[in-house]
Amino acid sequence: MALQSLDITARSATTTPSPSVRGTLQVAKLIDISKCIGCKACQTACMEWNDLRDEVGHNHGVYDNPRDLTDQSWTVMRFSEVEVEQGRLEWLIRKDGCMHCAEPGCLKACPSPGAIVQYANGIVDFHEENCIGCGYCITGCPFNIPRISKKDHKAYKCTLCSDRVAVGMEPACVKTCPTGAIVFGSKEDMIHHAEGRIEDLKERGYGNAALYDPPGVGGTHVMYVLQHGDQPELYAGLPKDPHISPLVGLWKGVTKPLMSLGIGLAVFAGFFHYVTAGPKEVDAHDEEKSS
Amino acid sequence: MSRLIQRYTTGERNTHWVVAIAFVLAALSGLALFHPAFFFLTHLFGGGPWTRILHPFIGVLMSLFFIAMAMRFWRLNHITPADRQWMGRIKDVLCNRDENLPELGKYNAGQKILFWTMVVTMPLLLLTGIAIWQPWFAPYVPVWLMRVAVVIHALSAWILILGIIVHVYAAIWVKGTVRAMTRGTVTEAWARHHHRAWYRETTGK
Ligand code: HEM
Ligand code: SF4
Ligand code: SF4
Repeated sequence: MALQSLDITARSATTTPSPSVRGTLQVAKLIDISKCIGCKACQTACMEWNDLRDEVGHNHGVYDNPRDLTDQSWTVMRFSEVEVEQGRLEWLIRKDGCMHCAEPGCLKACPSPGAIVQYANGIVDFHEENCIGCGYCITGCPFNIPRISKKDHKAYKCTLCSDRVAVGMEPACVKTCPTGAIVFGSKEDMIHHAEGRIEDLKERGYGNAALYDPPGVGGTHVMYVLQHGDQPELYAGLPKDPHISPLVGLWKGVTKPLMSLGIGLAVFAGFFHYVTAGPKEVDAHDEEKSS
Repeated sequence: MSRLIQRYTTGERNTHWVVAIAFVLAALSGLALFHPAFFFLTHLFGGGPWTRILHPFIGVLMSLFFIAMAMRFWRLNHITPADRQWMGRIKDVLCNRDENLPELGKYNAGQKILFWTMVVTMPLLLLTGIAIWQPWFAPYVPVWLMRVAVVIHALSAWILILGIIVHVYAAIWVKGTVRAMTRGTVTEAWARHHHRAWYRETTGK
């Protein structure tokens, strides 16, 4: 996942600016849930391109397989049976995986320099060679995406096929999708494409169809077209208004530089107190009295 | 030099130093992950992953020995009226105007406050540390709880580190103190000057 010709514009645990002179095209993947038939070709393509093989799991009586994201399954189809309108069953199938947030909570939380990076094109990537396996990225992510491997104790997630994108190809899942439910291009084009789809859906009776590009995390580089845009929770608990948790903000915000300063000041206060007031010593009177 | 009196037994001294060494290692390895400015400290522990692996074990070791120490010193750390008086005259303490201070037992209010700070922060560090401990416990802890735990862990660590800085400075500042923990003894003059009630009790003078 390293060795990219892409510029890194943000880097975990780094307090000085990363290279940000060159402007690149912002990319995005658009997943149109109304077109998805749940065939899981994208899941397979992801395994194939990234050389991942998850364990053959168990049948849990639902279509979701595997049950959850893992270090080997960077994307999972989540099936929800809902009745938005009484008596009208709908099967909503959401391709879950990293959203590639413009303001990534994982990157903010990570304590290891360069374990998480964000490229100028918007892709958020984990560089496992720098990962220490602390799990802070899990704490930081509003979408519950990163998974720590039991094999090497490093964090893994969807790379948005940064290695393919770097050489001008679309992500593997996009290439394989038989219905064209996943498309990839510049973020601008994808928003434009989504607008057309939403108009179409509205005409077909989905009055609340909308684009999911949550502003709470600065927008995302993986976006959804939702038939029920007013209720994202219907789609296997997609958060309505995702934010980096205020606790993570508190933990990683100005508090830490201030606390570090406090520790430094305490040491200096001691030093200068010694120089000013001098040591506390036993006086001659005590020596006399106790001898 | 005046005669010596025993302040700490061999067992007490060894326990103290296990806690102290483990604390320094836990603080250095914890700070490494606390802010990027301290990340270089991971080199002391063999790199990032080793720092992450070792820190919790060091912390648990420290906690266990601290429990032994706390039980031993618990009784001696109840706050008394003389302690309140001493705190009221903290300015005199800092400016070495010791003649204005009340007679104290084995510990002064500053030492007692540090003791209770440790009694509160150590269990907090242990519990929150276990909650965020990869790969053993954290996978079974809900994400919201990990968020709470990591904030409390960082905050308690900070309070404890500040407390220990004061503690170490006080030992250097008050001459004749360090030997209490290295040799186990202090001079009678030291005891009479700083902890007169304890001095009378032990020597009968
Ligand atoms: C009592 C047992 C303790 C346990 C089980 C524990 C466990 C942990 C764990 C699991 C982490 C996350 C990183 C890692 O996996 O290494 C951590 C971070 C940390 N620990 Fe501890 N720890 C303990 C005691 C302490 C002590 C005594 C201190 C220092 C006084 C301390 C200071 C820190 C700091 C500063 C961090 C970084 C927090 C942050 O990133 O904001 N810990 N600890
Ligand atoms: S587990 Fe790895 S990627 Fe995640 S926060 Fe820790 S060092 Fe960063
Ligand atoms: S979805 Fe989670 S893992 Fe992906 S970029 Fe956003 S915060 Fe990071």
